[in-house]
Amino acid sequence: MPPPHPETWLRVTPTGLHCAPGGFYVDPGRPVDRAVITHGHADHARPGHGAVLATPETLAIMAARMSEAGAGRSRQALAYGEALSVGGVRIGLRPAGHVLGSAQVVLEWQGSRAVVSGDYKRQRDPTCAPFEPVACDVFITEATFGLPVFRHPPPEGEVAKLLRSLALFPERTHVVGCYALGKCQRLIRLLREAGWDRPIHIHGAQATLCALYERLGVALGELRPATVANRAELRGAIVLAPPSALQDRWARRLADPVVASASGWMRVRQRAKSRGIELPLVISDHADWDDLLRTIDEVGAPEVWVTHGRDDALVHAMAGRGIRGRALHLVGLGEDEDEAPPAAAGGGSLAHGVGEPAVGEGE
Amino acid sequence: MSVPAFAALLERLVFTPGRNAKLALLQDWFATQPDPDRGVGLAALTEELVFTAAKPALVRDMVAARTDPVLLALSHDYVGDFAETVALIWPEREGVNAEPPSLAEVVEALELTPKAELPALIAAWLDTLDAGGRLALIKLVTGGLRVGVSARLAKTALAAWSGTAVEEIEEVWHGVAPPYLPLFRWLEGRGERPDPRDAPVFRPLMLAHPLEDAEVAALDPARYRAEWKWDGIRVQLTSGPGGARIWSRGGEDVSGAFPEIVEAMRFHAVLDGELLVIREGAVAPFADLQQRLNRKLVSAKMLRDFPVGVRLYDILFDGAEDLRALPFDARRARLEAWIGREAPARMDLSPQIAFASVAQLSAIRDGARAASIEGLMLKRADSPYVPGRVKGLWWKWKRDPLSIDAVLMYAQRGHGKRSSFYSDYTFGLWRPDGQGGEELVPVGKAYSGYTDEELAWLDRWIRNHTTARFGPVREVEKALVLEVIFDAARRSTRHKSGVALRFPRIARIRRDKPAGEADRLEGLMAYVSGVAEEEGARSASASSPS
Repeated sequence: MPPPHPETWLRVTPTGLHCAPGGFYVDPGRPVDRAVITHGHADHARPGHGAVLATPETLAIMAARMSEAGAGRSRQALAYGEALSVGGVRIGLRPAGHVLGSAQVVLEWQGSRAVVSGDYKRQRDPTCAPFEPVACDVFITEATFGLPVFRHPPPEGEVAKLLRSLALFPERTHVVGCYALGKCQRLIRLLREAGWDRPIHIHGAQATLCALYERLGVALGELRPATVANRAELRGAIVLAPPSALQDRWARRLADPVVASASGWMRVRQRAKSRGIELPLVISDHADWDDLLRTIDEVGAPEVWVTHGRDDALVHAMAGRGIRGRALHLVGLGEDEDEAPPAAAGGGSLAHGVGEPAVGEGE
Repeated sequence: MSVPAFAALLERLVFTPGRNAKLALLQDWFATQPDPDRGVGLAALTEELVFTAAKPALVRDMVAARTDPVLLALSHDYVGDFAETVALIWPEREGVNAEPPSLAEVVEALELTPKAELPALIAAWLDTLDAGGRLALIKLVTGGLRVGVSARLAKTALAAWSGTAVEEIEEVWHGVAPPYLPLFRWLEGRGERPDPRDAPVFRPLMLAHPLEDAEVAALDPARYRAEWKWDGIRVQLTSGPGGARIWSRGGEDVSGAFPEIVEAMRFHAVLDGELLVIREGAVAPFADLQQRLNRKLVSAKMLRDFPVGVRLYDILFDGAEDLRALPFDARRARLEAWIGREAPARMDLSPQIAFASVAQLSAIRDGARAASIEGLMLKRADSPYVPGRVKGLWWKWKRDPLSIDAVLMYAQRGHGKRSSFYSDYTFGLWRPDGQGGEELVPVGKAYSGYTDEELAWLDRWIRNHTTARFGPVREVEKALVLEVIFDAARRSTRHKSGVALRFPRIARIRRDKPAGEADRLEGLMAYVSGVAEEEGARSASASSPS
């Protein structure tokens, strides 16, 4: 008997991807009894589940972002490369290269293998383990940047832009909008690698996760709260803040700031302009167009499911390569963070979110 | 590396709202780029150099040959701008190791390359560049740079960078051409000052200080001459053997927009005056003049519907004779004699207003309600013509603004330093809603006039009284009255209210006044009708000069 097609044992439901023989969901959009979580971003790791299986790092991130109860009633850690069996389904976690602890979920049942990649990227990231391609029958991918106009330049060059601007405007505070989990710490590491050894000031909403990254072995150098720092100290300094704080009252403590933003969306001028960004930095934790296609080639799956993002373009491009593409339209993933109020999409609550929407990685 | 460097500069300029930051970026460009590229870049920014060799259709064909049509359409749909889409989607070729072109190479090659070979040439350049560089190159070769660097801004940056007075740069500017090698040599102290010779040159204008109420009483009426302050655009007319030019207040060459004036400049002189739309002797509102601004080509219909003239009020050169050191009275006599002698078409003399006392002058100022008049100019009889704004020589005495009590309707976040504040306000007046009640209709938008404290208060009030959000805009409870002042009002078919205000700003927050007691639209419209009648009367008297 040929192995069963993954669509017979891995289904899209309103709650999310459901593995019937294993009795669990992957990144479910609402509370469930048993969940496997790919990574700690709020649109993937939602509070209120019963049993949660994830990497130790992701569990630590969830515990830091949610109340102890919110992070799952019982939590089981599974390190990269380890495996366990649930109801005959073998579950393994492999690095996704997205943020610290992010994992692809490798599922095998009766000789058939599906890989749920969560969110992932292929660019170098000094704060997390690099993506490992896993051969499979069905590859389940995101397509946040699933248009050929999205090709992320090397992040080192973007950081160099920031440092050049600091040299040109040494009196002005450079405030960079970046997501609190992953982007913030990656940016700090990139700055340290580029030789910026002065203190970096961070918004209160980023302190907990920076401290956690440090505890998990990612050295970030001297960080200071931007909240209590006086104006004089912020002159010529780098301040990192959640994107939503840039245009809110929080930003008023900064004198004549250069407002920057580190995001893949900064590739498109109109997106940067409409957010009032003066210095767009194209730094993304998602695969760009070329890396989506490269990854699909490398895993060699004859069929690829697209969870969210620009599935139309990606499915079209795969058809040209003889790969069967299927758009899953999973709700609740990759929601835009822009002007949404914190309560709008429910989901995770940030321990220190000062006006920061808790939805979507949003980049 | 110069196209990539130029691309980096363009990207910063496009996203930078602040003038000072723009100046710093330009200075950095002058300081770090080699010749001739820095001059070529300067000319491209100020649109002194515009290329038309490559049409947008050529770029469209080039990208269509290299991409999947479905993906291109989806991408264009997402990005919006086609040039940007091309820059982003352009397939990067492995193994290209050619150097990106310099700006000078691009300029030279565009001039020398036969049309049929352009696509291959441009494609080869694009292959060497990253996305930012590709966008800069595409915009450059198709002549669509539009980054909003005025010649004035560029000259100010050159002045700050080199420590030379901007007036000195103005004097030589129109005698130099891209890539400005002699200019840079001079500014770096390595060469002679470029000689503009006969080339038409902009002379920096003499400007007036606003006259504050406190200073009015101290004015000695015998020492000053009065004229109307016209609501047009200030121009300098320069004409001689080297050609004729119309310069704007900031030294931009605006000759192309006003061919009928250039046609009339068959003299050898430098004159100062106000450019106005004038129909049968009557000055039209500023909005009419706006139809003629910023145009490279002027249609016959434009020339017919919005005829312009220049109202002269000073003379800087008569022939080759420099009159700028003469006292104002002497220049005025020369100007009147010159007009009598030359009688140029489309030009007349801005009349002087006789007055015996400051009180009388004040009454004249208050009596002028025509939209074409902003107030009065007072010029000291003995003042030489000096560039810039020297206190005590020329005063502008704008008439008191008009005012309405309007209701705040919408607020929008500002830019730059104000990006966290709701600082742009749309306000409205009451009118019957046709069903026996009253409704508010927006009459204008203001983003100045308030103090920092008032701005903070307004921002808080808006956040606490928001009823709806549309992107960056908030709709608020119709409960706050603002006293809005403005310089003029006129009928407008483009506005829902039927009226447009000139330069509205917030004078006061009327926390004491209930919204229901704010002004009604009909009051403002009655005022607008009154002004229109007065202008009709003025036109009748102006056509028979005394």
